Amino acid sequence: MNARSLGLSTFYYLGLLLIVLPFLKGNTLYLPLFFLALWTLRRTAFAGEQNRTFVRLRARVDRAVIGNHKPLLALLLAGAVALPFVSSNYLIDVFTSALLYAILATALNITVGMTGTLVLGFIGFYAIGAYTTGILTAKLHLCGFWTALPLSGLIALCFGLLLGIPTLRLKGDYLAIVTLGFGEIIKIFLNNLDSYTGGPNGILGIKKPTLFGWGLDSLPAFYWFCLLCLVVEIIIVARIFASRYGRAWVAVRENEMAAAALGIDVFRRHLLSFSLSAFFGGCAGSLFAVKQGFISPDSFTFLESVMVLCMVVLGGIGTIAGAVAGALLLIVLPELLREFALYRMLIFGAVMIAFMIYRPHGLVGSRAIALEQEDSLHG
Amino acid sequence: MFLQHLLNGVTIGSSYALIALGYTLVYGVLKLINFAHGEIYMIGAYLGFILISLIPTLPPSLQGNVVLLLLCVMLLAALLCALYGYYLERICYKPLRNAPRLSPLISALGASLFLQNFVMITMGARDKIFPQLLKSATITLGGVSFTWLQVAIIASSLLLMAGLSLFINHTKFGTAIRAVSSDPYMAGLLGINVDSVISLTFMAGSFLAACAGVMIGVYYGTINFTLGYLGGIKAFTAAVLGGIGSVGGAMVGGLLLGIIEALGAGYFSSEYKDVYAFFILIGVLILKPSGLLGRKSHERA
Repeated sequence: MNARSLGLSTFYYLGLLLIVLPFLKGNTLYLPLFFLALWTLRRTAFAGEQNRTFVRLRARVDRAVIGNHKPLLALLLAGAVALPFVSSNYLIDVFTSALLYAILATALNITVGMTGTLVLGFIGFYAIGAYTTGILTAKLHLCGFWTALPLSGLIALCFGLLLGIPTLRLKGDYLAIVTLGFGEIIKIFLNNLDSYTGGPNGILGIKKPTLFGWGLDSLPAFYWFCLLCLVVEIIIVARIFASRYGRAWVAVRENEMAAAALGIDVFRRHLLSFSLSAFFGGCAGSLFAVKQGFISPDSFTFLESVMVLCMVVLGGIGTIAGAVAGALLLIVLPELLREFALYRMLIFGAVMIAFMIYRPHGLVGSRAIALEQEDSLHG
Repeated sequence: MFLQHLLNGVTIGSSYALIALGYTLVYGVLKLINFAHGEIYMIGAYLGFILISLIPTLPPSLQGNVVLLLLCVMLLAALLCALYGYYLERICYKPLRNAPRLSPLISALGASLFLQNFVMITMGARDKIFPQLLKSATITLGGVSFTWLQVAIIASSLLLMAGLSLFINHTKFGTAIRAVSSDPYMAGLLGINVDSVISLTFMAGSFLAACAGVMIGVYYGTINFTLGYLGGIKAFTAAVLGGIGSVGGAMVGGLLLGIIEALGAGYFSSEYKDVYAFFILIGVLILKPSGLLGRKSHERA
């Protein structure tokens, strides 16, 4: 049995485990997990039918995107699912926010990692998502969470288009600054449009949703729900990365002119990755609103944007595993090292510089991607 | 009322202009936005605060001339900040000279985060209040009231800018900076030490930013470790407005931004005071990325 099929079968059995585990606890989140297992089954069953070139290509893309660590990934996922059984409520809460950040970092990675566009005001989309959910469910009582979640994503996406259409023709540093300005503008408006956003006081009393009649208000249930969201996001993003679109993004990142010469509409690729990023950012914001039950502009500062960027950079620009690992590291590690809380951001700053100098490809990133970027982006 | 807003705008605008010059100079030689520049400005303000707090410990014979003392404080803070600028470049940018373009930007963010928290930890998170040294009375002239402090700030900013223009246009170092700006490779071939020119540029920019920091600290009376973030962005906006890479543009852009903000806050709403800068920034970048006085083709591929 080679490593690849070992990985796949581990993945498959893990799927079965996912179905069984909730029953053990009497917690019934099994339906979406069941779909996940089915997906794994289908993937395993059809893996052999694809032709060799395609499989090789896919393997290469997979390797670039998530690294060649399927068994490890499966193990990690098993660990993540099992976590609430073995840890305290406090830790579950910490890991839930780590998951939210992982969703955010994975979303930001679409623009920063895949199309090589630095976005500094990403938290603006998070804020838009959170406030959309807050206003729709708790302020105006127009709809429930399940309608608000996709709407939050879509409205963030609209803002992404609104910002992206005029600005994505700008390059590099300029675009970074424009997005930074966008994030600040959003925050200032949230602070001042009192009648809708509650101003600096924010919005209170956002309720946790129910899923097919089961409440998500217990900590483990919400944790699993966030985990599920992250897994769904990763699957979608990984599939897109491995698709025509993803390869076009990488082409645009590596060399815009060459990509344009090959018939890729560079601007539209940028716009697509940017708005997709915004969409997932908005969804994450919606989850955040529900998790906290309370939102205010203070949660959406520039520092948060930098934190998310930090996760992407430290984990490894352009890799999904990197974004997730970065999020876990940056949220969980500081919680474990409470006594250094004061020095946290100081250390982050120094680590960011050190990583750029000594390990630009991040913790999990592949050297190849970093080097490719080096050749083309310079100059 | 209009003249009053204009005067207040020019006071703040001249400090924006001084900081903007740092962005523009560095952009000229490295084609890089020095994200940590705002923090240098903040550190300048803090150094000014520390030095001013030391004044009462001086022997009484030296405490006579407050204006002269303040000038010395500004100069000393600026020189110390030039050192900060030098080491900032050495540590965060020099190793990344040939790295992909994202790298120095992220490293600059890291530096900014580091410096901000460094100041927070060493100086405390609370606002620092400048001791009132200048008991300057308000003067009213033709319906416009101002203090001598404002006049001093505008005058010394103009002097500093004039000094910089002289330095850039009429000295050997200035010529070297201009040479590296227009073609670093060629400048290197002709025997100019590009590395030291870059260091010099960072030092000059930091010097000016620190002067602005001390002036703003004395003007408002309170400073905070988060000062550099907004100040930095606004000055960057000023640099973009004037045309990044253009020294004259940074000056004009700074003054203009200060005036626009003061008028906007005075006539529309002061709650949205900070938004104007961002809208100007986005507007300029979309409509005329080369700015008011900038050269064409600044939009890089």
